[in-house]
Amino acid sequence: MNYTSHVVVAACAVLAASPALAADPDLKILREEIAQMKAAYEQRITTLEAKLARTEAIAIAADDSARQASVAASQKPASEAAFNPGISAVLAGTYTRLSQDPNAYAIGGFVPTGGEVGPPRRSFGLGESEIGLSANIDHLFRGQLTFALPPEGGGAEVEEAYIQTLGLGYGAAIKAGRFLSGVGYMNGQHAHTWDFADAPLAYKAMLGGQLKNDGVQVKWLAPTDLLVELGVEAASGGPFPSTDRNKNGSTMGSIFAHVGGDVGNSNSWRAGFALLRTSPRDRQYADQDSTGASVNNAFSGSSRTLIADAVWKWAPEGNASSRSLIVQGEYFRRHESGSLAFDVDSTNQVGDYASLQSGFYGQAVYQFMPHWRAGYRYDRLNSGTTSLDLVNNGTLTAANFPLLASYKPRRNTLMVDWTPTEFSRVRFQLARGQSRPNATDNQFWLQYIVSLGAHGAHNF
Amino acid sequence: MRILILLLASLFVLPAQAALKIFSTVPEWGALAKEIGGEKAEVFTATSGLQDPHHIQAKPSLIAKARNADLVIATGAELEIGWLPLVQRESGNPRIQTGQSGYFEAARHVSLRDLPTRLDRSEGDVHPGGNPHIQTDPRNILSVGTALVQRMAELSPEDAVTYQANWKSFGERWRAAIARWEKQAAPLRGQPIVVQHRAFPYLEDWLGLKQVAALEPKPGVEPSAAYLSKLLVQTAANPPKLILRAAYQSPQASEWFAHEAKVPVVIVPFTVGGNERAKDLFGLFDDTVDRLVRALK
Repeated sequence: MNYTSHVVVAACAVLAASPALAADPDLKILREEIAQMKAAYEQRITTLEAKLARTEAIAIAADDSARQASVAASQKPASEAAFNPGISAVLAGTYTRLSQDPNAYAIGGFVPTGGEVGPPRRSFGLGESEIGLSANIDHLFRGQLTFALPPEGGGAEVEEAYIQTLGLGYGAAIKAGRFLSGVGYMNGQHAHTWDFADAPLAYKAMLGGQLKNDGVQVKWLAPTDLLVELGVEAASGGPFPSTDRNKNGSTMGSIFAHVGGDVGNSNSWRAGFALLRTSPRDRQYADQDSTGASVNNAFSGSSRTLIADAVWKWAPEGNASSRSLIVQGEYFRRHESGSLAFDVDSTNQVGDYASLQSGFYGQAVYQFMPHWRAGYRYDRLNSGTTSLDLVNNGTLTAANFPLLASYKPRRNTLMVDWTPTEFSRVRFQLARGQSRPNATDNQFWLQYIVSLGAHGAHNF
Repeated sequence: MRILILLLASLFVLPAQAALKIFSTVPEWGALAKEIGGEKAEVFTATSGLQDPHHIQAKPSLIAKARNADLVIATGAELEIGWLPLVQRESGNPRIQTGQSGYFEAARHVSLRDLPTRLDRSEGDVHPGGNPHIQTDPRNILSVGTALVQRMAELSPEDAVTYQANWKSFGERWRAAIARWEKQAAPLRGQPIVVQHRAFPYLEDWLGLKQVAALEPKPGVEPSAAYLSKLLVQTAANPPKLILRAAYQSPQASEWFAHEAKVPVVIVPFTVGGNERAKDLFGLFDDTVDRLVRALK
């Protein structure tokens, strides 16, 4: 536009300046017309230039205010709290009716684990309240701290406190600290995410509820479309089935493998296998002798547990909002051999000990409509026949070891739960437990479990 | 022993391949990555159009796929908060960790709507960052794609030319399609509608639909019969033209309301794979606009 008008003006100027044609009257008119045109063009150019200048000024002002606005928006007040970890809490409470005294709870044929495996106290009871803190520590590590506040008081317990690597590479991951072991299917999950109010009998008898130790875990994921995960853990002993050995090196070792994948859009599965090995020393438990007096016995030797687990989940098109089914089962087999000391506090008679014990549970949980699920679980254990040299050679009688008398504990459990949102759940549970001879325990549970704060992970 | 070493070694060698391996959390970004990547991208989509992308578990198959991915494309805005962080951690894959170039969040490239003014779980499933269902406005697909093509080119410089060319061709066709859809959807402007879940603010903004009510009293909370009856009375004065629902949502509430209010339910695919016709991004909007316009007649 500007260029064209310049050319026109220049052309006109050349014409106007031509002296040879100055005398012609027509030309004079022409010249005047051109002069007018020139003036008109100049005026238009000036107007345009003014307009442009105005627009530029507006644009600069707008740009300025936009920059100011974006700077203002990007400024957050400085605060020490800006790097607070994600905080979550789990609250739980129960109302129970139990036909047997929960304080006398025992699993027949199995050595007591010392863990909190019995049902909660009768009537209203507070479950364990849990507080969790988690955050990335830096670009290499993530940390998680979970402490549990037992309802009976006695201070907070460190449930889990570990660090784990963030994408170490080659599918490897390392965890260190106190954490739930990767063996089995349910062991790695927090109790509040379980589908029933309490652990299967096999977990109670073989792992004292749930296996967690202070140690290191290394996992490796194969670069395949089928999930193949291998893991190894080394830990200092302490909780059942190990004992604190006060020695260098690890006291408890485990290896595990998981495979898993999908079948179509509607099914997912995972299967696992684990071996757990430890050598407890002086692992004490309380029993009664033949006269009914309480005695403390102690086992020393080696303990090997094998665990096989499998879970299958179904939901139409993988959408579990209205209907879904979870079927899972785990099998445990434990071999312990070594020596057993009878009445360590007085006679302290020692003899060889060997046991081969097994157990399993199988359960199915069906979601029949949005937010409502129903489930059934069957538990069974087999204590096998414990071989005791002290009894075999006639030093003592089997009546001196009532807890080790051969028995097959079993339990049937039904539950219905209502999960209005992913943060809250109310559960009804009925169980008929025959975990010890001649004492069928009919249990009714009403339980709530809620989580608040940071969004929990949707574990498989 | 030697065989074992060889086997292990072969496992480490396996990941060497040509195409960029992409793990997309939802179908729309998977489809977009396919448009950009063409032959030079291997795209895995973690969820289907019939699943709620929030309620997904960190399944073994997802962890295994994330293990080998070069790029994770997520929606972000806390849509995948329940499972993606866990998948990232369990994968042992440093490339796809948050903050790395192999982690891409679509919601960061569009301006989000419905930013909550009150953050409290009693408000239902509120997303602190804003409404994450950004894919219902085709203009957002353009914004996300512009950023995505750059990221893909950065991760695989040898294929950058192909990505740019594919994107240019897609962009031209996409702009033309937007013009076509807008023309076709012109009668929808200003029409009152009811939605099942507050999942459509971007679609409403694009087509000028006017949301007069949501069947869910709070996001993610199913309505009671009493609440629906109340809504029915409330909307009687200004009756909606249609009820909008995504394919993965349960039908009861919208069917009941539609029957009572005598208005049609429009089940939109919501994402690629949400129905037969929504095979790709073009099909998704062809079908969505068709269904909306047809319901008005």
